[in-house]
Order: sequence, then C-alpha cells, then structure tokens
Amino acid sequence: MKSQYLLAAYAALGSSFALAQTVPAPATVDKNLGRNLAAQCANCHGSNGKSVAEVASLAGVPANVTIQKMKDYRDGKLPATIMHQLAKGYTDEQVALIAQYLEKQPK
Amino acid sequence: MKNNLINRRDFVKAAGAASLVGTGIFASGCATIGGAAKPKVVVVGGGFGGATAAKYIAMWSERGIDVTLVERGDAFVSCPMSNLVVGGSSTLDKISVAYGGLDKYGIRRVKGEAVGFDATAKTLSLADGTKLPYDRLILSPGIDFMYETLPGLATGEAKNRVLSAWKAGPETVALRNQLTAMKEGGVYAIHIPKAPYRCPPGPYERACQVAWYFQQAKPKSKVLILDANEDVVSKKGLFMKAWNGQYKGIIEYRNNQEIQDVDARTLSLKMSFGEDVKADVLNVLPPMRAGNIAAMNGLNNSNRRWCQVDWLTYESTAVPGVHILGDSLQIAPAMPKSGHMANQHGKVCAAAVIALLTGQTVNQTPMVANTCYSFIDDKNVVHVASVHRYDAAQKTMVTVQGAGGLSADANALEGVYANSWAKNIWADMLA
Repeated sequence: MKSQYLLAAYAALGSSFALAQTVPAPATVDKNLGRNLAAQCANCHGSNGKSVAEVASLAGVPANVTIQKMKDYRDGKLPATIMHQLAKGYTDEQVALIAQYLEKQPK
Repeated sequence: MKNNLINRRDFVKAAGAASLVGTGIFASGCATIGGAAKPKVVVVGGGFGGATAAKYIAMWSERGIDVTLVERGDAFVSCPMSNLVVGGSSTLDKISVAYGGLDKYGIRRVKGEAVGFDATAKTLSLADGTKLPYDRLILSPGIDFMYETLPGLATGEAKNRVLSAWKAGPETVALRNQLTAMKEGGVYAIHIPKAPYRCPPGPYERACQVAWYFQQAKPKSKVLILDANEDVVSKKGLFMKAWNGQYKGIIEYRNNQEIQDVDARTLSLKMSFGEDVKADVLNVLPPMRAGNIAAMNGLNNSNRRWCQVDWLTYESTAVPGVHILGDSLQIAPAMPKSGHMANQHGKVCAAAVIALLTGQTVNQTPMVANTCYSFIDDKNVVHVASVHRYDAAQKTMVTVQGAGGLSADANALEGVYANSWAKNIWADMLA
C-alpha cells in the first residue's frame, strides 16, 4: 500500500529523485503542491502556519527543523498527543514540500 | 501592497485569458481591473466549508477572482465546542465569530437565503429574488433534517419541545435552558439516528457534557443514550471508559434503539421494538441529509440523501460548474462529517477552482486530514485523527494506512489543544 503510494507520488512529482533533499522543486512539479499540502496544517497551526492560540506557529520555522520534527514524531522519538499519528500520513517528499512552504511564510 | 497589485494584475491577465475561451464572462459586466473581467465565484454557506473556500480563493488568487459569500446568519456559530454550552462550561458568545474578518480579502458578503440556481444561465437565486451570476458555484449547506420520517415533530411547537440542537445557535441555548429547568432526579434522553450523520462522536460528547452538569447540579439525574446504531459509532473505548468510570450510574447506553416516531406532548419515543421511552428532557437528532439548496436542486445523487463529487475538484457529478463541500457530501470511506473535514474540503476545492478558472492543471494528488476532539468533561479531552489521500484508481479518498489514531486516554493537555484548535480553525475560516 505504502510503496504503491510512494510510486504514485513520485510519478506525480515527475521525478524520482527531485525532492529527496530540501532543494527547490523543479519546474515540472506543481508549484502549488507545497502550499496545498501545508494548508492541511492550518486548522491547528493557523493560516499559513501562523497560530493565534496555544499550539505552536510553523510560519518562518527553518525547513530542516520542521522536517526533523516530523521524522521524530513519526519514529516515536518526540512525545506527542496527536502528531505521531498525523506524521505517519505523509511521505518524506510531502513533508519537505510542506516545510519549505512554511519556512517562507511571515512569522 | 504594491507587490499585491502587480501579482493581482498578472493573475487577472492569466485568469482573463483562460476564461475568455468558452465561458464568455466578459458579457456579464462585472468588476474589471485594467479592462479584464474577473472570474466570479459564489459561495453559499459561511460555515467550516464555505467560509474557508471563500477566504482561500480570495487569498490564494490575490483577489484575482471575484468572491461572493452568501450566508443567512449574522455570525458564525460553531457546532464543535457547542456541547460545552449545553453542559454549561461555555457560552454561545464564546463559540460565535463575526463575518467581518473576511472583508479584508475583498470578499463580498451577501446576507440571504439561497434557494436555487440555473446551471445553464449560471445564476444563483436568493429567496428575495436576487440573482447572482457565477462562473463557479460552491455550495456548503451542511445538513438538514428528514422530519418526514418523524411525523410527531411536524409542527414548530413540537420541534421547540423536542430539540435537536444539532445546528449550533438558539437551539443550543434552548437545550441548555431545558436542562437547567429540569427537576433533580429527572432523565435526559438523546436519540442518535443511524449513521451517517453530522459529527459521529458529537452525541456521545453531548451525553458526557450533560452528565458532567448533572454531577455538579443534579446528581440524582440520569442520562440515557438511545442509539439506533448497533454500537457506539466513534471513539467507543474512550467514551465507554468515561461512562463506566466517572459517569457510572449517571449515563446508560442502549444500542439498536430504532424509533418509529416522537410524541412531543408526552416527551416520549415510540420505539420500533419494545415499550415507549419517556424522558424529562428529550433530545432527538432526526435522520439527516444534504442541506436544502443541494437536496432540492438535484445534487443529492446518492440515495437521494447525499451529494457525490469528483474528489479532485469537489464538483458535483450531477451538475457541472457546481461544487459541494462538507456534511452534504456522500462521504469517502472512513471520512467523517466534521467541521475540520469541511475546512479541508474547502481548501482542496479552492485550489481546484482557481486552477479551473485560470487554465492551470488541477492538483491530482490532494490530501486531507481530520482531527476531532471531544470533551469528556469541562477540561479532559479525547481525539480521533486520520489522514486521507486521493486514490486515482478508485477515484476516491482513502485513508493512509498506518496514520491516524485515538488518544490513549482522556487528558487535560488535549483540552488545551482542543481550545487552541477551535481558535485557529475559526481564524483559518474567518480572520
């Protein structure tokens, strides 16, 4: 299931290696994918990652910090109430796109 | 600001070029910038789905699309958190948000009741006769009740006596008032219809909130949950723990409790099997279907109850050019009818509608996530979460295996997060 999805994600991204690192996405990639994916975070973390309440803002956070946190949540290294469950829903490529988008948002 | 203007002009140029082919919107005489007409989107319903879609289309298009939001209410009143008003630890004021926050995005707000649309002429009709032209129409009308299945609730008087309070607002307060007026030692009964219905864990949360209130104020009173379903529909283990723990002796749960009708005069339920059940406060959630504007205009192509959509765009499979969000949808597998979900629908739809109106490619890999918090008492909370991805082969949303889950136990930290969630999602829709 997971590998099928990874394959599908790679195919959709147009390249099997482009997003493995936190480098800018190539032109063939939907330029709004990061924005669209990051919009899922807004319900708890605020529009464009800017929280208006107790939960942490993600806007302006360096991408590598967000990527590492999501990895640690997924692997159970960071204690969480809910993020360990949500982090497992996204591929490394998707997390990178989300993190890169949020990094560029004003704090 | 200057940047915005440049972006806006570029965007409008692209939007105009794309829409020129086929739609002929230049003839509609709408607002123009630099001579090019903006595509028009009309959104019906200022709830979790509609307000979010309106804001995100205006925000992401940098006002390149002309957005009108039609809403009948004066302010948004949130269903999530409304059970706290029933339980007495919150107020209607605290769960209400004004619509004025949307003005800064250039969204035109129209107060009124949408009653129909002409999919050929591409106009939406309001009850007062106003017609609003659109290039894309987005409907997010929530649910309406199938009162025809409960003849005993046909009159307004009966509906006022046996409340649903399943649309937050005056009924939420009215139910609270019934509970505070109830005699010590009385019985509050809630009837839950067969799934699917709005907010799967909501009725069980409400039972907890009423029990919490009884514990403080009327400790000899009882809560009776009469569930038409075979079993607790959501968060079963977590709710059962509360019912067998802190609410033991107060809450009684009965499954397979189908009803034939309601007697509002005697506050009793006519059960399909067994004797009538009488209560001092009777709270009935009637069976639900897509909201009226969708149900009355041929969009309810799933069992005549719910609306089927293309999950890439949320465009109706019945009527082109009309998109539907939120609780009115025929849900994808394991996708709850929740405000959080409707908010996420709104964003996928917003991105797709912008793409469709500007000649861009629609995202073929949309994802949505759900988080649903339930209050066990005034502070301790449990959650259920899930992540959903588009499956191209099945053409539906499916859950990402291995992701999502439940709270280990009710806890106060998630109470803080639940309150924070409410503030952020309300701002994500309306600020």
